[in-house]
Amino acid sequence: MAEFKEAPPGSSLAVQATTWIENRFPTAFAEYKKHLSEYYAPKNFNFWYFFGSLALLVLVIQIVTGIFLVMHYKPDANLAFASVEYIMRDVPGGWLIRYMHSTGASAFFIVVYLHMWRGLIYGSYRKPRELVWIFGCLIFLCLMGEAFMGYLLPWGQMSYWGAQVIINLFAAIPFVGPDLALLIRGDYVVGDATLNRFFAFHVIAIPLVLLGLVVAHLLALHDVGSNNPDGIEIKDKKDPKTGIPLDGLPFHPYFTVHDILGVSVFLMIFTAILFFAPEMGGYFLEFNNFIPADPLKTPAHIAPVWYFTPYYSMLRATTDPMVNVLCVLVGVAAVIAFWKGRISLVAKVGIAVGAVVAIALLKTFDAKFWGVVVMGTAVLILFALPWLDRSTVKSIRYRPGWHKFVYGVFVVVFLILGWLGIEPPSELKTLLAQAGTLYYFAFFLLMPWWSRLGEFKPVPERVVFKAH
Amino acid sequence: MSQDAIDPSRRAWVGIACGAGAIGGVAVAVPFVSSFAPSERAKAAGAAVEVDVSTLKPGEMATVEWRGKPVWILKRTPEQVESLKKTDSKVADPESKRKPDELTPEYARNQYRSRKPELLVAVGICSHLGCSPTAKLQGGAQPGLPEDWQGGFFCPCHGSMFDLAGRVFKNVPAPDNLEIPPYVFLSDSKLLIGEDKKA
Repeated sequence: MAEFKEAPPGSSLAVQATTWIENRFPTAFAEYKKHLSEYYAPKNFNFWYFFGSLALLVLVIQIVTGIFLVMHYKPDANLAFASVEYIMRDVPGGWLIRYMHSTGASAFFIVVYLHMWRGLIYGSYRKPRELVWIFGCLIFLCLMGEAFMGYLLPWGQMSYWGAQVIINLFAAIPFVGPDLALLIRGDYVVGDATLNRFFAFHVIAIPLVLLGLVVAHLLALHDVGSNNPDGIEIKDKKDPKTGIPLDGLPFHPYFTVHDILGVSVFLMIFTAILFFAPEMGGYFLEFNNFIPADPLKTPAHIAPVWYFTPYYSMLRATTDPMVNVLCVLVGVAAVIAFWKGRISLVAKVGIAVGAVVAIALLKTFDAKFWGVVVMGTAVLILFALPWLDRSTVKSIRYRPGWHKFVYGVFVVVFLILGWLGIEPPSELKTLLAQAGTLYYFAFFLLMPWWSRLGEFKPVPERVVFKAH
Repeated sequence: MSQDAIDPSRRAWVGIACGAGAIGGVAVAVPFVSSFAPSERAKAAGAAVEVDVSTLKPGEMATVEWRGKPVWILKRTPEQVESLKKTDSKVADPESKRKPDELTPEYARNQYRSRKPELLVAVGICSHLGCSPTAKLQGGAQPGLPEDWQGGFFCPCHGSMFDLAGRVFKNVPAPDNLEIPPYVFLSDSKLLIGEDKKA
């Protein structure tokens, strides 16, 4: 235990009170220093670095509004839809709280997608930040679960049929699928039991896990230190006297004040949507969800909410012809590895056998199952990113110029896939989604190869920073 | 402490205690996991439903609820029955050979997939991901449908198509035909859906 401190004689009441607390709860003071007043963040943070703190803000908005919604909502298949309408019409201020929560859900994904994009372009997932990235990916998974289960609660047509489709995805898993889907639903169709358990997961289970992961994400980040747009380690250049990174600034007050700017701009946009377009033309709150759930009638057009549509597109793109294309690609990859790979003969034979097995499996199970696999892999592949990227520099700034083009096309493809997921299917659109899916996977799976190619630019010793 | 020799008997007991604890932990998970399964009430709710089909005119379709699922009863016109011959070559499983025990009761393993050629009884849930397809009984070219459409069902979710016997078309996302529930005619006008032993 630390020495007991004494407030200097004649000091103010505030100082005496602080000393009294510090003697009894020194952890609070140590942690404040570690994470705020003496956490040194790179001074060249740019626009993209707003989204981490904004994600935290949206999390707080979701938790607070969620608590108030639970006070009026009824998780019962007969009452749920009406209780949401009751919140919207009769509860004083209820409409505002509900719109904050529903707009917050979309805002969460916008902020998180931009936050992930930042990590992607500046190599923030590279050594030693692999775990920061993995905790982040787990947070993303939790968010998807949270959004999906939360969407069932209003018990509208989209809630009902969206849940029906997604739960049936699990039924596509060979052998255990149908039983697994039954365990998730708790009934033979989506019903009261499903609604009740999704409510429990949405308001208790996942938020608890989410909070734990956010803490782990931040602790791991503060252990290794923040990356920056130049992708260089500020801890390599420290002031010899103080041991403080020369390019670092204490998070508080420098970045807390900096982030207030981001929060202000974000809240302007957020409230504009909240008050003027809470449904966002059917993208944030789908029109069909204002019709009570009807187990006998699927709406003429069903689509998930916009933040799931890129992955939903990939699911839909996996048809029988697409599975054949995948078979050919696995074969070609195996031949190239056999012919060009600088690996032992045993490994080559292993790859050949693996490819034959993979093709056999692809042809054995339904395209429906592979669609689920493609969709799941598209999310899970993010976890592998730290090991897929082999470029010699972290930041896009010092990578070959054409890398920017590869990343740019990736974003465009992701957006197109998102748009296609909202549209009703057609032959041309399916073809487009298939091409997009192949690019998405090629981007990641070929990254160990293409990320090493090209002329890398010299990385500076110190961060690039112009005082303003 | 670190200089003491390792006491293997203590190690063994620590190991046994950990193992016993792990077994206990897994055992405790059993009631929690089993609580996810359908309750007795949900299982009991699957009673058979009786439907009067005498009011159904040719070409008309009725939807009833059985086990929470939509069940379609379509009285096919002679032309619609005839159209099944034309779709024979376009559907993936014309003779209902796939998963017969789950999807098609013995008495429906024919071209019509029904006991009586004119009356189709099918669960209106797409075998892809569980949406309820839309009835597009009118033949002819329509947006999103093939030009030689003979009438059938179209799933809005992922574009799967079924003919008027609930047989799935080739090259659509849905892998199987629509499920035919067990059913029996109690009389010419009365249909019992959910059971086929009573007669």
